[in-house]
Amino acid sequence: MIPGRFDYHQPESLAAAVTLLSELGDDARVIAGGHSLIPMMKLRLAMPEHLIDLKAIGDLKHITVADGVVSIGAMTTQAELIGSAALADAAPIVKETALQIADPQIRYQGTIGGNVANGDPGNDMPALMQCLDASFTLSGPNGQREVRAREFYEAAYFTTRDDLEILTRVTFAAHGGGYAYEKQKRKIGDYATAAAAVLLSKGADGACSSASIAMTNLADTPIYCEEASSAMIGAGIDATSIETAVKSCLECIEPVDDNRGPAEFKKHAAGMVLKRAIDSAWSRA
Amino acid sequence: MTKTSITLNVNGQTHETKAEPRELLIHVLREQLEITGPHIGCETSHCGACTVDIDGRSVKSCTLFAIQAQGSEITTIEGLGGPDKLHVLQEKFKEHHGLQCGFCTPGMITRAHRLLEENPDPTEQEVRFGLSGNLCRCTGYQNIVKAVMAAASELNQTEVA
Repeated sequence: MIPGRFDYHQPESLAAAVTLLSELGDDARVIAGGHSLIPMMKLRLAMPEHLIDLKAIGDLKHITVADGVVSIGAMTTQAELIGSAALADAAPIVKETALQIADPQIRYQGTIGGNVANGDPGNDMPALMQCLDASFTLSGPNGQREVRAREFYEAAYFTTRDDLEILTRVTFAAHGGGYAYEKQKRKIGDYATAAAAVLLSKGADGACSSASIAMTNLADTPIYCEEASSAMIGAGIDATSIETAVKSCLECIEPVDDNRGPAEFKKHAAGMVLKRAIDSAWSRA
Repeated sequence: MTKTSITLNVNGQTHETKAEPRELLIHVLREQLEITGPHIGCETSHCGACTVDIDGRSVKSCTLFAIQAQGSEITTIEGLGGPDKLHVLQEKFKEHHGLQCGFCTPGMITRAHRLLEENPDPTEQEVRFGLSGNLCRCTGYQNIVKAVMAAASELNQTEVA
């Protein structure tokens, strides 16, 4: 499996990368960890004439937590997310999710930026970012802009990112309360058959004071279920309210038959991971 | 398409070579540098047979272009130990029957080496999770896990002494 021919570029600043991408246009692809793109190139499903490697751009690798806001550079690897004490403190759901992505070797290479920007419905970080109501920073020839994760995904591999823009960082508020990322997969390294990210907070009265639920690989985009999330707020969490929330979530998804199973099975798996994630998040709230 | 000069530091030795940007690290290691410890298994980043250590990270060298490893410190199984002086992990794999056909072994040991560098005293569960990117079709993993646990124990004793 030999990829097609390409020229390799390794710009040393974001400005240089943006300029290069503007000049090369559709013939170029940006490469981060490469663990989605290189396999596609080996199968010749992707044949870029130019690769722009972001690895030498130091600004794109950081994890900072300041005033309750978490900022993560796009080139930060899953292993670095897992190893960050500051991140584990501010947003432990990120570590819980990253540990369920692929395998150790891939987590050393795979980046958060690649995971969220690729638009692959199987990737885990997009639903997590929707659950956290994260914002993505995009840099292009016309400057920089912010897009909410909940408004970023249009269809499989289609996002609101323009071809000439580079996703440079993700930001979100540190989360308190309970959290869980539950993923059903066939084996280590597989994408989810169904996965769910859940954040729940408990108020002084013991009722649910905030809720956010998003799901992975159950439609051609990640799915944030606003209805289920808002319906949980203000009430206690018990078997009945969990059942109602799960039912509401299942109405938002559109799984398709594939080698991970028929759509009906995926709905069953989705219901199961949702219940587990809500139980787990509430027990930690 | 022109070849580019690439400098690779492998097992403490500097190698100057030329490769097209599209050449994968595993191919350059095996075919140009004749470092054949890392194996080509699945070629789809699943099996881990091509695992090498790059700047302290375990990497599947079938999913990295050689040009991306320019200037990095690469360690392969050859850099850990050889017939004259086996690495503790190699000794323990031999002792505990951690291999049968041996195809996965270089990747398995290279990965286990990094795991023990990061976590010198792992639980059995941590060893299994840490090696989950490496497939073995022969052993059923039991003896690989035993070998890694035994290596950890010996390395820790050596350090105390």
